Amino acid sequence: MNKTTRFNWGICLGAIATLAAGLFLSGCSKSDSGATGSSGRKKTPIANIGSDTMVNLAIAWADAYTKVDPTVSVEVNGGGSGQGVAALINGSCDIANSSRTLEEKEIAEFKAKHPGKDPKEFMVGYDALSVFVHKDNPMTQISIEELQQLYMKDGKLSKWSELGVSNIPGAKGDEVILVSRQNNSGTYHYFREAIVGKKNEMRNGTVDMNGSKDVVDLISKTPNAIGYSGMGYATPAVKHLKVSKKKGEKGVEPTIATTLDKSYPIARPMFMYTSGEPAPHLKRYLDWIMAEPGQKIVAETGYVPLQK
Amino acid sequence: MPIIATQDPTPAGAVVGTPAKQQRGQAEVFGERIIEALIYLCGFSAIIFVFGIFFFVFREGAPFLAKLKVGEFLFSTEWFPTSQTQAKYGVGALIVGTLSVTMLAMVIAVPFGLGAAIFVSEFCKGKVKETLKVVIELLAAIPSVVWGFIGLTVMSPIIINTFHVPIGVNMFNGAMLLALMSVPIMVSIGEDALKAVPDTYREASLALGATKWQIVYRVLLPAAKNGLLAAVLLGVGRAIGETMAVLMATGHSVRIPDSIFDPVRTLTATIAAELGETSKGSDHYQVLFLIGILLFSITFVVNLTADLIVKGVKKK
Repeated sequence: MNKTTRFNWGICLGAIATLAAGLFLSGCSKSDSGATGSSGRKKTPIANIGSDTMVNLAIAWADAYTKVDPTVSVEVNGGGSGQGVAALINGSCDIANSSRTLEEKEIAEFKAKHPGKDPKEFMVGYDALSVFVHKDNPMTQISIEELQQLYMKDGKLSKWSELGVSNIPGAKGDEVILVSRQNNSGTYHYFREAIVGKKNEMRNGTVDMNGSKDVVDLISKTPNAIGYSGMGYATPAVKHLKVSKKKGEKGVEPTIATTLDKSYPIARPMFMYTSGEPAPHLKRYLDWIMAEPGQKIVAETGYVPLQK
Repeated sequence: MPIIATQDPTPAGAVVGTPAKQQRGQAEVFGERIIEALIYLCGFSAIIFVFGIFFFVFREGAPFLAKLKVGEFLFSTEWFPTSQTQAKYGVGALIVGTLSVTMLAMVIAVPFGLGAAIFVSEFCKGKVKETLKVVIELLAAIPSVVWGFIGLTVMSPIIINTFHVPIGVNMFNGAMLLALMSVPIMVSIGEDALKAVPDTYREASLALGATKWQIVYRVLLPAAKNGLLAAVLLGVGRAIGETMAVLMATGHSVRIPDSIFDPVRTLTATIAAELGETSKGSDHYQVLFLIGILLFSITFVVNLTADLIVKGVKKK
């Protein structure tokens, strides 16, 4: 009986050792073949993290760029502008996408962590921030003043009847459901700065969604809702409002034309940041984005290209 | 029973040639000691990991404790961590969010969970019992992000239309998902607790002429109450710590709810949503780790209470 147990134990250990060795070897060889492109050399990865507003655009750029330069592979992640900036400061990404400019304290933190370097800013396009409501909502325009009173802490507007809307089909009650973004979002930061203002806080009690698409999804299911997201995220189930600066003025529709001639009041530039001067392969990518081929993709995905 | 004396085949003092008993080889004894040591280490590693995690979380959040005003932190509803003017870190509304979703989830889950446990343990036989147990375990196998997705896309319009409320992602939605996630735990542990009640109790009650239901609520539930309470408390622990499902289904809104159909935000969802954007070592980062400590403490207290209550029955 002793002899059989020792024999089994030996076989067990032998099997585990072979399995481990096999996995180790196959893991090693896989990574080599995966990283090598058709050219047979290793691909340089570009880590591109940040704005959720820009994530669809960044993915479209990455896909198109692999055909232009097969020696690099661009890996895109969303997570919000805040996450992109944090990754740039922590050194875990090459290019950070942001739908807002860097704040003073973020620049200070970057300088503290990377002495001698500054974050370098590249403007890559514009995004018109659309105010969305449910498609059956009879409202057609809104002013920045009214948006401020809706979204501001201690603001004076909180019901649809106060906005002059009396009957939304499918709505339950008079309450305005304010849809917003979570505070890692550049869209949130821009909206807060442009509409609510630096001195005021956003109202507590907004429904804070994770991504630009989630805002539109929720509004399409909730007749009482109003919210903001990128122009490119519109679907047939929601409608965007014309925005005017003051109540009573004529509202402006968000389009490429109105963004470029600055008549649409809530459009913002989109940025990509690198840590100091970008390396040659990063510079080539950024130049490609800001030139004709990259800007064509901007227009196709629902954003506003840079002025020629 | 008569004791039969057995004769020792080799009487004491006799010289034996080849011993009938087997000797253990050196390798076996050594191997056994190594395996014992490994198992000992595995057991202790659980304690080491728990303390390690607590220490890590505490170390990341501790620097903020110096500037922390505990009253304002715990009871204020002003959660403005990214404010341009004055950052405020009041988690009062978040604590209310977590507790309200959990309590509502328990109100829904306890009747279903304990009812299912009683049904599976007492009123079910053979094949039906086995199938039911497997299916209930399947509920536990669904990933929480899938639950969150179901809450967001499927339950939200149903809630809007059935209850005529303005928004479908709210406390009720989150509570329903948490209830569905806690029920399998309650059924497993509750069923074990009911099985542990000796059959003599059931037989004695039958002998006294009780109906099945009378046996259950007059004899079994009081007898198994400690185990059932532990099952409920473990379900509570699960519900408090749940992140993905509540992040997607509760509407993630910082406010004290007026009704069960108001959107709320929980502590877990706040950490999940905001930790990625903070830079290491900043105030916001440290406050989020403090929230982690708070959650850790709440679940620790809940689990400790469950444990002590279960031990209580053994002492009696």
